[in-house]
Amino acid sequence: MSGKQRTATYPVGDSYVSEGVIAAASSGPAAPGPAGEPGEPLLVVEDLRVQFTRGGRRINAVNGLSYELLPGSMMAIIGESGSGKSVSSRALMGLLPPTATITGSVSFAGRELIGMPEREMRELRGGDIAMVFQDPARSLNPTMKIGAQVTEAIRLHSDSDRKGAHARAIELLRMVRLPAPERRFHEYPHQLSGGMRQRVMIAIALAGEPRLLIADEATTALDVTTQAQIMELLVELQQRLGMAVVMISHDLGLAASYAQDVVVMYAGRAVEHAPTATLFGNVRMPYTRALLGAIPALEREPHSLFEVTPGQPPDLSALPKGCPFRPRCPNALDRCVEMPPFREHEPEHWWACWNPVGDETGNGEQE
Amino acid sequence: MTAIDDRRGDARAGTRTPLLRARNLVQEFPARAAGGVKGGVVHAVSNVSFDIYPGETLGVVGETGSGKSTLARSVIQAPRPKSGAVEFQGRDLMTLRRRDLKQARRQMQMVYQDPFGSLNPRWRVTELVEEPLRGYGEGNADSRRRRVAELLDLVGLDPSQYGRRRPFELSGGQCQRVAIARAIALDPALVIADEAVSSLDVLIQAQVLNLFEKLRRELDLSYLFIAHDLAMVKQVSDRVAVMYLGQLAEIGPAQDIYRRPLHPYTAALLESIPRVDPVTGTAHKPTALPGEPPSPIDPPSGCRFRTRCPRSQLRCAEVDPVLEERLPGHQVACHFPLDLPDPAMPPGPAGATLAPAPVPASATDPAPTAQTS
Ligand SMILES: Nc1ncnc2c1ncn2[C@@H]1O[C@H](COP(=O)(O)OP(=O)(O)O)[C@@H](O)[C@H]1O
Ligand SMILES: Nc1ncnc2c1ncn2[C@@H]1O[C@H](COP(=O)(O)OP(=O)(O)O)[C@@H](O)[C@H]1O
Ligand code: SF4
Ligand code: SF4
Ligand SMILES: [Mg+2]
Ligand SMILES: [Mg+2]
Repeated sequence: MSGKQRTATYPVGDSYVSEGVIAAASSGPAAPGPAGEPGEPLLVVEDLRVQFTRGGRRINAVNGLSYELLPGSMMAIIGESGSGKSVSSRALMGLLPPTATITGSVSFAGRELIGMPEREMRELRGGDIAMVFQDPARSLNPTMKIGAQVTEAIRLHSDSDRKGAHARAIELLRMVRLPAPERRFHEYPHQLSGGMRQRVMIAIALAGEPRLLIADEATTALDVTTQAQIMELLVELQQRLGMAVVMISHDLGLAASYAQDVVVMYAGRAVEHAPTATLFGNVRMPYTRALLGAIPALEREPHSLFEVTPGQPPDLSALPKGCPFRPRCPNALDRCVEMPPFREHEPEHWWACWNPVGDETGNGEQE
Repeated sequence: MTAIDDRRGDARAGTRTPLLRARNLVQEFPARAAGGVKGGVVHAVSNVSFDIYPGETLGVVGETGSGKSTLARSVIQAPRPKSGAVEFQGRDLMTLRRRDLKQARRQMQMVYQDPFGSLNPRWRVTELVEEPLRGYGEGNADSRRRRVAELLDLVGLDPSQYGRRRPFELSGGQCQRVAIARAIALDPALVIADEAVSSLDVLIQAQVLNLFEKLRRELDLSYLFIAHDLAMVKQVSDRVAVMYLGQLAEIGPAQDIYRRPLHPYTAALLESIPRVDPVTGTAHKPTALPGEPPSPIDPPSGCRFRTRCPRSQLRCAEVDPVLEERLPGHQVACHFPLDLPDPAMPPGPAGATLAPAPVPASATDPAPTAQTS
C-alpha cells in the first residue's frame, strides 16, 4: 500500500486540539485523566496498519486507520465483517498474534501503545483499557464460579484484600444489574443466560476502573430485548463513570441509537467519520449510503426490494488499486484508481471519496 | 419469467384454500438437567396453529429458543410433532407413510442458516444442485445438466464461473445461493427459510433477500420465512406470526403488526429494535423490556409473557389466553390487548392523565404501554 493515502489534516474545532493549542473546553462528560486536559482526546489512532502473513500471502487487514476519541464519549465503529474493526482494536490492546505486523501510532492519554513492552501493556489491559467481546461464554472460565472471576480481576488491578475484593465484586455485579448478585456469585457461567454472562463480563471489565471500554460486537449474540438492556447499561456506566466507550458493531441502527460519533470502515480504512446525526443525516460516502439502503426497515412496504450493491468486499491480499470500494461503487469515476484521502471536508465530517453523495459529478466534470 | 414452467398456476386463482394448514402443533423434548439426568420436558412448541396460502409469505419472528426452528421441523415432520395436524396440499402429513411423505416433501424445501454447514464440502456446485433432481429420479443426465445451469442462472451464479467450485471456494452469500438453487430445483410450492440470511453481511443479505423476492414472483412460491429480526421479517412477509416461548402471541398482516401491534410483547419487540431511518437518517432509540424469557421447561401459568408484561393482571396468571381475531385477519392471544385501554388505569379522562405512557412510535393508533405495578 502506498503511504500517501491519508493527508495529515487534523480535526480542528472546539472539541479538538489544534497544533498543540488547547481549544475551548468540550461539552459532554469529559473526564480529564492525569495526562488529559479538557477537550484533549483520550485516544488518537493515526495511520494504523496491520498486516498478517499467512502461507506466503499478505493480508492487509488494517490500511491506514485514523480516528480520535474524546474522554467519556461513546463512539461506534461500523462496517461489514472483515473490514478490520476487531483487528484494529486488538492491535491497540496488544492482543494480536506474532504473525501480525503493526505500524502507525496509537496514543492513549499521551502514551504510545504501539510497540509498548508487554509488561506495561498487561498493566493497561484490564486496567485503564478494558474490552468486552461478542461471546461471553468463551471469555469466561467455565470451571470457575463467576464471583471468583470478578474478584480475581479486582485483585489484579488493586491491592484490596480478599474481603474488600469480595465486597467490591458484589458491588460491581450489582452495578451491572445482575439479578440476585449474592446468589449468582456462587454460580458457574453455564448457569447464567447469555445476557447475564455479558453483564458479568462488563463487571470484570469495570474491575480496573477503565477510562476506555472497547465493546466488540458485545450485544450481537443477544436477543434484541436483551441487547436493549445491555446497551442501556453501557450508556449509564459511560455517563456515570465518565468512561469512554468504543462500540464495534455491524448494526447501523445500534450505532445511530447510542453513539455520539460514528466511524465507518471499509477494507481496513475509515471511510467516513462524523458526529452521529451528521453522519446519518448527511451521508457523503457511497459505501455508507449502500449500507443504509440495504438494511431492512420497518418503514418499508412488505415485498419492497432492497437497494442492491453488487459484488463483495475486496480480497485483502489483493486490494484493487485506489479506492477499495471502486468495483462496487455507483459513483465511481476514472479518478478513483487513485486513493481518495480521508479528510475533514466539512466541519467535523470526514470522508474519503472523490465523488461523494450529494455532489456527484460525471467523469467529464472532474476538476 | 423464466423457463421454469409453473405447475401450480391454478392453485392461486381465486380459491382461498390454504397450501399449508397447521393445527394445534405441540412438540416437546426431554430436558437434560446437569449431569445428563432427565429433568422434565422442554415445551418447545405448544398448541400452534396457522395457515399459509398459495403465493403467500408468512414470516415467523421470535427470540432465540421461542420455538421457530422446532415449528419448521414439525411442519416437515422431521421429527414428527408430538400432536397436532399438518395438512399440506390437501394431504394430512401426520398420517402419511414414509414413502408418501418423501413425495409430499419434494414440494416443501428448507434453506438453513449456516451456508457452509448445509452443503457437502466435497461436492462441486453442479453436483450439489443436481442432487435433489437425482434423488427424485428427475429426467436424465443431459436434461439434469441443463436444469442445473438454468437454476444457477436463476439464483445469479454464472454456471461457467461457479459450476465447478466447491463450497469452500465460495463466499457465504454464494453458498446461500447454491442452497437456494437446491431448494427450488424440484419446483416446490413452499420454501421454508430458517434464518437463511441471518449470518450474511448486510449488503450480501440484501442481494439474497432480493433473490428470494424475485423467485417468489417468478415461480409463485410460498415462503415460511423465519428470522429473529422483526424489521426483516416485516419487509419480506405478507403476514407475520410473533412467537414467544413456544406459542403464537400474535399473527396478522405485516403492516398491521407494525402499525398496530395488539400484543404487548410485539409492541415491546418493536420498541427494542435500534433503528435508523434510511432516508432521513433519524435514529429511533430502543426502550428496553425488562427481564428475560423464562425457562421453557417450566413456563409460567396462564400467559407465558406475564412475567415481563407491563399490563399483566391476576387473570393473566390464571387463564391461558387463546388466539382471538380482533381485527380482520389479525389475531392476538392476550387478555388485555393493546386496542383496549390499559387494565391498570382507572377508566375515564382522569385515568388518561395518569398515564404518561411511552407510546410505541411505530403505532398509528398507539395504545398506552406504561409500566404499572
Ligand atoms: N490472526 C489472523 N491471521 C490472519 N488474518 C486475520 C487474523 N485475524 C484477522 N484476520 C483477517 O483480518 C481481516 C479483518 O478482520 P477483523 O478485524 O476481524 O474484521 P471485523 O472485525 O471487521 O469483522 C479479515 O480478513 C480477517 O480474516
Ligand atoms: N432436539 C432438541 N432437544 C431438546 N431440546 C430442544 C431440541 N430442539 C430444540 N430444543 C429446545 O426447544 C426450544 C425451542 O428451540 P428452537 O425451536 O430451536 O427455537 P428458535 O429456533 O426459536 O431459536 C429451546 O428451548 C431449545 O433448547
Ligand atoms: S466515488 Fe470513487 S472514491 Fe468515492 S467511494 Fe466511489 S469509487 Fe471510491
Ligand atoms: S396482558 Fe396478560 S395476557 Fe396479555 S400479554 Fe400481558 S400478561 Fe399476557
Ligand atoms: Mg469483528
Ligand atoms: Mg432457530
